[in-house]
Amino acid sequence: MITPVVQVEDFNLEYRLGKRWLNVLRDVSFAIMPDEIHGLVGESGSGKSTLALAIMNSFTPNARVAGGRVRFEGEDLLDRTPAEMRSIWGKRMSLVPQDALAALNPSHTVGDQIGEITRLHEGLSRRESLRRAEEMLRRVRISDPETVMRRYPHQLSGGMQQRVTIAMALSTSPRLLILDEPTTALDVTTQAVIVDLFRDLIHDTHAAALYVSHDLGLVAQLCDRVTVLYGGEVMACAPAADLYGRPLHPYTISLLASLPRRTEGAETRLPTIEGVAPALADRPAGCVFAARCPAALEQCRREKPPLEVIAGDRLIKCWRWREIASGALIIDTSPQQGAGDAPPRDGYVLTAQAMFKAFDPPTLVDRLLMTGRRPLRAVDDASLRVRARSTLGLVGESGSGKTTLARLIVGLETADAGALELLDMPLDLRLNRRPRSALRELQMVFQNPNDALNPYLSVGEQLGRAVRWLSDERLSRDTVRERVRALLSAVRLPETFAERYPVELSGGEKQRVAIARAFAADPALVVADEPTSALDVSVQSVILNLLKDLRALKGASYLLISHNLDAVAFLADWIVVMYLGEIVEQGSVAQVYSAPSHPYTEALISAIPVADPAAQRKHIRLEGELPSPRDLPTGCRFHTRCPRKIGAICEHDAPPIREAGDGHYIRCHIPIEDLTRLQVEDPAAHVSEAG
Amino acid sequence: MRTAVAQLLRRPMTLFGAIIVALFLLAAVFGPMIAPYPYDMLIRGAARLPPSADYLFGTDQIGRDVFSRVLWGARDIITLPLLTTALSVLFGTSIGLFIGYYGGWIDEIVSRILDALLAIPALALALVMLRAVGPSPFGIVAVIVVLYTPIVARVVRAAALSLRGSGYIEAAKLRGEAVRYILFREILPGVLPALVVEAALRFSYAIFLTASLGFLGFGVQPPSPDWGRMVNEARTAFSQVPWALWFPAGAIILLIVGVNLLSDGLRRVFRYEGQLL
Repeated sequence: MITPVVQVEDFNLEYRLGKRWLNVLRDVSFAIMPDEIHGLVGESGSGKSTLALAIMNSFTPNARVAGGRVRFEGEDLLDRTPAEMRSIWGKRMSLVPQDALAALNPSHTVGDQIGEITRLHEGLSRRESLRRAEEMLRRVRISDPETVMRRYPHQLSGGMQQRVTIAMALSTSPRLLILDEPTTALDVTTQAVIVDLFRDLIHDTHAAALYVSHDLGLVAQLCDRVTVLYGGEVMACAPAADLYGRPLHPYTISLLASLPRRTEGAETRLPTIEGVAPALADRPAGCVFAARCPAALEQCRREKPPLEVIAGDRLIKCWRWREIASGALIIDTSPQQGAGDAPPRDGYVLTAQAMFKAFDPPTLVDRLLMTGRRPLRAVDDASLRVRARSTLGLVGESGSGKTTLARLIVGLETADAGALELLDMPLDLRLNRRPRSALRELQMVFQNPNDALNPYLSVGEQLGRAVRWLSDERLSRDTVRERVRALLSAVRLPETFAERYPVELSGGEKQRVAIARAFAADPALVVADEPTSALDVSVQSVILNLLKDLRALKGASYLLISHNLDAVAFLADWIVVMYLGEIVEQGSVAQVYSAPSHPYTEALISAIPVADPAAQRKHIRLEGELPSPRDLPTGCRFHTRCPRKIGAICEHDAPPIREAGDGHYIRCHIPIEDLTRLQVEDPAAHVSEAG
Repeated sequence: MRTAVAQLLRRPMTLFGAIIVALFLLAAVFGPMIAPYPYDMLIRGAARLPPSADYLFGTDQIGRDVFSRVLWGARDIITLPLLTTALSVLFGTSIGLFIGYYGGWIDEIVSRILDALLAIPALALALVMLRAVGPSPFGIVAVIVVLYTPIVARVVRAAALSLRGSGYIEAAKLRGEAVRYILFREILPGVLPALVVEAALRFSYAIFLTASLGFLGFGVQPPSPDWGRMVNEARTAFSQVPWALWFPAGAIILLIVGVNLLSDGLRRVFRYEGQLL
């Protein structure tokens, strides 16, 4: 029998809050086998990071172990002192952190930092340790290790920093690698490259790995086995193919079904999980998921189900798994029906023509000294139109200029050049020149729900202010209160929320209030900047459904910004793809998703992880770094990373905009017919070396 | 708010500071009523007496009761700094919110002017200005307000700057709200915790500066009982009547220590609880 690398048995951990001890992790059991990439998924507050640290025998000062064991290669770790652990940490188990820049020491060069590990643990000399560091950098596919060795962390891009932390973690050939959301801060395209790298490196070294993440898609693409954590308890643990292919736990089933994806029809709604995860202080006596479970029985609320071992290698904690396995109980995951949209109107809500914005222009000093400093061209000659009663998805990596373009439209930034039209009336580029009638029609939902609401004003006060201020006539106090109530019920919050303050609300609830505020005066266009990216997986689908409902109810249009094409596709009718300040493709969702599409769009779609280990998307990876918008590449801006580059023409000439269909435009040198042929017949023709 | 006060007084050192400050406030309000003698009364045949049951703090070299003078003096040493603190906070907050919110070249210009004011040592600048205004309580208030407004403005500016980009401020802009509304209704509450701590700190420094200026003869004119001036006067006769120096000097020290303990407590409480208030 093979000894597991990590074995957690009936592990319980408690946190002290005031005078009470609260259960953070309850009866957690699972094992990580050699050569296995083990995924640990859960929403925020599920205890996944706490568990990862507990495996390293590292705890916060207010924590205590309340029973159970953690074994590492058969040794019991929990009674080890920190001094004893120091010979294990970094040598036999190592950590790849979420925030690479914070984890690296800003005052030492990359080479010194990687070298320090082997000097410390293997007693190598300085020269030997540096040689090893260089070798490690080469293994994490850094093409120019000699230069990178001499750099300081802040001089590297996010993806490169993360490669450096991986190089550090692997330089002593540890038995266990713990990766705590290591790609959450990265762009989708970079994430895809880094995840490929993880998979190859971990399998090469025969180490075991624990991959902590909230992203079910990512875990499906990378992990062999997956443990699902909810409210501090293991809900299920199974080989990835089984967990995704034949989920048995109601939580897993609902969560997988709720993932945003392309859907047909305006009346389709994503299946959702109602409610919010229980707070640490009031976890129920019965099953932790019972309150939100669509199949909960009286027994579920009263008694905690045991963690049962089934089929030899699956763990499950549910009273009703047998019924689910036999098919007697079916958790309803069919898409729900909502109201269809109001009949579409002809014409456009918003037209943006040739928008241009540069930041940070050269100063007088720069000009006098001829520093050659160029302005940062954030949005360069971008034009788009939002149809009445429809949703335009604006997609691109960070640095693509999508957020800036949206801010130019709403007026939070003033465009340097361009023209805007709102409801067929010219709209001033400057916010303070726009009449109230225009402000009313154009509102925004922000990315971060935590600073979207003023913490010092109650929900009612904030909504009431928006209602009163955007109205032309003076509203009586009762009318305002009535409208606030109507707004709250439109976003499905109880009326009593008017009295609450933002600290009392969960992230999803805050975002609903922010959406209600944007709808205070029935706007024609709502700009939403990544409205779900800061939210938990189980809450995202609720917000997306809500946006769809409000569109049907109020007849508004959306400009929806995201880095994730799949998330946009659920709501959007039209997609605009941006790269380095330029629009590279626009068209309907169906047009953008199928060939022909811009090589960048193709890469963007292929980079999104699918929550199905069996699913194969085209494997296209973008190598290289996103060029600085201050120093744009000549010719086609994408040529430095383009997997389908055809030659010198891409480097020298700006590509033409080609029409690929009705309203479908692609900015590329490759003729449409060739592009279609390349992408349909030979999808993997230009797969990069990363594959 | 109530929980913040309870939190504050739960710390022994802060409670100690609060008691000291409360005692001095009582002295400022009721001092003249409980003082056994008028502050300027020369008691016949009682010059240079050490502390005793009759004269708690003794008498000075010309026969005035030191205890009565300290009690009478409490009023000025508390009201003047309170007034200067209130005015500095008012001006500093307005300037700080404005430049913090607008940023850009307005912020650049105003901040540099504030920096210039801050670069000159406080006491030196105060002396120069008081020469121009002439010694008077009003002069002291005016001068210290000029000195402290930039400090408050910088604290408020930094806090406002961090809130400027938050969603709720941007949402207010998109509604076309007036700048006044955004500054005082949306931003000010968020700045308040930092402001309360800063105000308490300014108050303690203002006491010290007021006493120093009194010591140098720029404050309330004789025979009014000014603690700083009392210390200066007793300095020359220190060998004969040391108690005439100890008590006013001790009062200054005790008051400043009390205010500092209190402001320290405020800082700790607001650092953790500020968001919840």
